[in-house]
Amino acid sequence: MALPNKPLGELVATIDPAIEELETDILFVGGGMAVCGTAYEIRKWAPEGTKMLLCDKAALERSGAVAQGLSAINTYLGENTPDDYVRMVRNDLMGIVREDLIFDVGRHVDRSVYLFEEWGLPIWKTGEDGKSHDGSKGLTPLKEGGKPVRSGRWQIMINGEYYKRIVAEAAKAALGSDNIIERCFIVKLVLDANEPNRIAGAVGFSVRENKIYVIKTNAMIVACGGAVNVFRPRATGEGMGRCWYPVWNAGSTYTMCQEVGAEMTMMENRFVPARFKDGYGPVGAWFLLFKAKATNTLGENYMVTNAEMLKQYPPYGLAKVPASCLRNHLMLKEMREGRGPIIMDTPTALSNLAANMTPKEVKHLIAEAWEDFLDMSVGQAGIWAGMNIEPEKVGSEIMPTEPYLLGSHSGCCGIWVSGPEEDWVPDAYKWGYKGMTTVKGLFTAGDGTGASGHKFSSGSHAEGRMVAKSMVKFVGDNKDFKPALKESIKDLADLVYKPVKTFIDNFEQTTAADLNPNYIKPNGFQKRLIKITDEYGGGVSTSYVTSKAMLDRAFELLGMLREDSEKMAAGDLHELLRAWENYHRLGTVESHLRHILFREESRYPGFYYRSDFDIVDEENWKCFVNSKYDPEKKEWDVFKKEYVQLIPD
Amino acid sequence: MPSFVDSAKCDGCKGGEKTACMYICPSDLMVLNVESMKAYNQEPEQCWECYSCVKICPQGAIAVRAYSDIVPLGGSVQPLMSSDSIMWTIEFRNGNLQRFKFPIRTTPEGSIDPKNEAHKGKDLSDNRLSDEQIDNVELMSPIELLGK
Repeated sequence: MALPNKPLGELVATIDPAIEELETDILFVGGGMAVCGTAYEIRKWAPEGTKMLLCDKAALERSGAVAQGLSAINTYLGENTPDDYVRMVRNDLMGIVREDLIFDVGRHVDRSVYLFEEWGLPIWKTGEDGKSHDGSKGLTPLKEGGKPVRSGRWQIMINGEYYKRIVAEAAKAALGSDNIIERCFIVKLVLDANEPNRIAGAVGFSVRENKIYVIKTNAMIVACGGAVNVFRPRATGEGMGRCWYPVWNAGSTYTMCQEVGAEMTMMENRFVPARFKDGYGPVGAWFLLFKAKATNTLGENYMVTNAEMLKQYPPYGLAKVPASCLRNHLMLKEMREGRGPIIMDTPTALSNLAANMTPKEVKHLIAEAWEDFLDMSVGQAGIWAGMNIEPEKVGSEIMPTEPYLLGSHSGCCGIWVSGPEEDWVPDAYKWGYKGMTTVKGLFTAGDGTGASGHKFSSGSHAEGRMVAKSMVKFVGDNKDFKPALKESIKDLADLVYKPVKTFIDNFEQTTAADLNPNYIKPNGFQKRLIKITDEYGGGVSTSYVTSKAMLDRAFELLGMLREDSEKMAAGDLHELLRAWENYHRLGTVESHLRHILFREESRYPGFYYRSDFDIVDEENWKCFVNSKYDPEKKEWDVFKKEYVQLIPD
Repeated sequence: MPSFVDSAKCDGCKGGEKTACMYICPSDLMVLNVESMKAYNQEPEQCWECYSCVKICPQGAIAVRAYSDIVPLGGSVQPLMSSDSIMWTIEFRNGNLQRFKFPIRTTPEGSIDPKNEAHKGKDLSDNRLSDEQIDNVELMSPIELLGK
């Protein structure tokens, strides 16, 4: 009997995928800024004959957080010292960071920016006339002393539409196309059968054909971004995709590494950016470059009227630029007390700037304002177009978003890694190979590295490059290692394709493929996940408030969701991708809430609040919170780890 | 603001193995229906509006209709790519028009040569990157350490 029911996608999943076994010396999982940095640099160090393989779930040319482009490079030190960079990052992240890692980014990051410019990225320059010029005008390159256009102490403006394509071109040329598998989604790491706590391989699948990859390796970098769509967004429909960080960042880095026992750090940290409402367009250039003010509905600048609130959080609130979370904290007071909407006063800012300009210069200024969106957040331009918002005529609403988990932007959750081998790095912070996690042979960078935020695109690339050198050293020191996978290839393949089997075994029982009592589709799974985090884990619906009681309830519901993750079903390859992404989201969310529960204080007011511990408790909690999963016993351990201040105040 | 495909303009990339939009979409949304030989966006609510598909489409068949749950109808934001610049046309709901052109790259595509032998790293034992060694850049340490 022909049922009206069939798998919905174009690339139907089958029960008997091909299995391809591969072996390499160095495996790259991910394809964003960090991994592209590693791929480029490793060509400079790897001995002839070193086997390398990169797996990216998308196309390298437009994958990762910079896929759309960027309008600024947010970390370029130039005339600043790495010491001052550490001070800035430490204050913004409320005091608890790995200063060795941040210093290391600071001392190398400009080298990556020089490369980007050499490769063809247009970087704005300040001319001898003191005016800004776009990056195509042939002014002196940064490396030769050219002056960038600063939109803040650490940021420089670029024409960055092509940014990722340039960086990917260098990575691709370095590795060679034969060593890159695109549309291969690595979903699980595999430990070694003989040596404890030693990485041996990974398993994944093709999103284009029914094929499973089982890969053995000596060393591995896993750097595939942060976690997005882990809290319910403000959108109610199609707009769910217009999140601030890229929607395809699914927490894969954190979940895959923690499952093989990598120690995690600061997973309680989150980032809640205040951005132009609904389109999440950047506000940095408006605040810093165009000198715009954001005001409440009474026309008051809440950073001035609520300045007293900053004094409750010394020293973080007293710095020249108060910590990002505290700026949210002041804005949220206005919203809670009904003095919203908060409006960015773009007309006043532009007319102030235009006061001493020629009409041609004014036109250029307006173009600069639009470029800020068009280079990195086109959707915001779409909102302005659809809502008739011309910034020189009307202001635009800003608002804090749903929470995001990441380690490279203004957040610092992630994996505990070794710092550089230097005598000024405390012994507890280094174990031989910069960027290696606590699992032997497993490295990370970018969003993967914990307690080291504010790297952004350039810092992630530079960090990836440093890890390249570490991995070459590691492989050289472990030449005789023969990886042996702890799980059988059949078990791994069955696990990867389990959602497909669940679908095929059950879908004919009902007349609609998405509605079946025996399984849950990835879409429904994701909606359930973000409802739980939003309502109990400090999402937007409670204005970021949570508590032990609320977290306990979250864990009850997440426990049942975890049980149901065994019943996720995928009828086509796109759904199989979604199933595994949402499984990764779940693991990351559990880690996040586990850490928030353990840390009995509210370290990041404005990002989240523990209603039962609504203070920043410097005496008891000026320390890292780390956690570790034991893959043998299947148990979690959460514990404090000492914070060591290296750079004086 | 999900991308959509103009059914009159899309030619399915002429029956090639994969369409350009399918190749590029970072979120794996664009797919080809082989019966109609047209591509479409299979999951609009997971579209980041990154415009990768719009920019790469050889037929100019892809545009974006702003998110239905947020944005009133009638506006549009459409790019036109060339080898060294991008031209944006913004049409407001009220009919106003703005056009902007920005540079995207200062070198020819494919000109990056990371395998240049002269740029090989020299000393694996120190903490400098390959180009830092070549330029003889001195490795920095903290100016002052707390308590030392």
